[in-house]
Amino acid sequence: MQIVYMDHAASTPVRREVLEEMLPFFQERFGNPSAIYDIGIDIKGVIEDQREKVANLIGAEAKEIVFTSSGAEANNLAVKGAVLANRKKGNHIIVSTIEHHSVLNAARFFERMMDYEVTFLPVNNYGLVDPQRLAELVREETVLVSIMHGNNEIGTIEPISGLAAICRDKGVLFHTDAVATVGNIPVNVKDLNVDMLSLTGPPLGAPKGIGALYFRSNTRLMPLIHGGIQEMGRRGGTENVPGIVGLGKAAELTLNELPEKTKHVKNLKDRLVSGIMDRIEEITYTGHPENRLPGHASFCIAAIEGEALLLMLNQAGIYANTGSACASKALKISPVLVAIGVPAEIAQGSIVFTLDRDNTAPEVDYILEKLPAVVERLRSFSPLWKKNI
Amino acid sequence: MKFVEKQAPDETLDLVCRMCPMHLLEPGDKIKCMKKGQILEVLTDYDGALDDIPAWCEKCGHEFIGMEEEDDCYKLYIRKAK
Repeated sequence: MQIVYMDHAASTPVRREVLEEMLPFFQERFGNPSAIYDIGIDIKGVIEDQREKVANLIGAEAKEIVFTSSGAEANNLAVKGAVLANRKKGNHIIVSTIEHHSVLNAARFFERMMDYEVTFLPVNNYGLVDPQRLAELVREETVLVSIMHGNNEIGTIEPISGLAAICRDKGVLFHTDAVATVGNIPVNVKDLNVDMLSLTGPPLGAPKGIGALYFRSNTRLMPLIHGGIQEMGRRGGTENVPGIVGLGKAAELTLNELPEKTKHVKNLKDRLVSGIMDRIEEITYTGHPENRLPGHASFCIAAIEGEALLLMLNQAGIYANTGSACASKALKISPVLVAIGVPAEIAQGSIVFTLDRDNTAPEVDYILEKLPAVVERLRSFSPLWKKNI
Repeated sequence: MKFVEKQAPDETLDLVCRMCPMHLLEPGDKIKCMKKGQILEVLTDYDGALDDIPAWCEKCGHEFIGMEEEDDCYKLYIRKAK
């Protein structure tokens, strides 16, 4: 049976070149980077080289990068670290309604435990934040605004530079969760005008378990993990050296190959989207039609349940998702789809395909062959489908 | 402790939120890149620095000029002596 994997927002394979670069750091080059003898100093140097590579990918300086265990930790460090470091300035946080849970719940933590006020900034039907609305909501006590760069469920890319400029003018820190964009589109922290930016390894072909936070020089951050001298005192714990090496190598490869990858996945995604829209009736293409991740295709299909669709696609060797990897397990209607105004009965039929560099045109054609038949079968016994009412 | 006011530092090192031993490691790295006679300002909210920095200056041969207390941090001033 043919296998087609199009759930790269959930997980990606580690690139061969990345794995090869990492392998020596499990055994031969095992030294602790904080040690003051040769084999420790050597590893410390390796880490600093990787910091430079990650910084180069996003137009930052090496000293502005702190390595983390994931994008979720980077988001937590940004939100909790910046809010705690600026607790004397105020007690108001703004996040958009479509943020990842690692931002939403970090903000809610302050609301529930520390008497902060959190404003959830609404989005329009494409998932876009309104800059004017943000400008109205920022006030003197606002310490942080966090709005994601690209949404992993609907693919929409936010106009971050304009939103960040509003906050810069008002002296408020601005963070963006760029987990879905770094590795998929060009990202430059100076063009985006942000104070902090989160990224993670898998979209670049690096392993799980490694991420990073960019923080503009002189941005104060309270560490989440107190410890020793690692990461300039901003994150305790002996460094995940193989992971850091993997992220550095993947960042280096991505810098060189991104234009080609972006073009490739966009072409495939366009073929997939037009093919699906032509073949299936009563289907909604969610998110912004143009300002979106190049390899991201998301739909809501009327009168079926996304989970049933996933299971039947699974039987055909097709792997996709209903939304975010963690939310789909909760069997709950996606808060992102609710936020963009998709009715609950339609949101249940959510399906998301996320493509990467290894996907091919024949794989897209295989989906176009199988998906309409699966949808037709599911609709044939759906009490919600118009022909059955 | 010697208190001072209105110093004119040549370099500033912001170590607020970062704790022991960063208040001893980072000034050492920073001061290496400075010229003799220049003043380094260290911002910290770590109480231990109030004892450690003057002692570190004495050990390394730099002059500890004094400190100023701000609302959210201490400002410690060091003159590079060699």
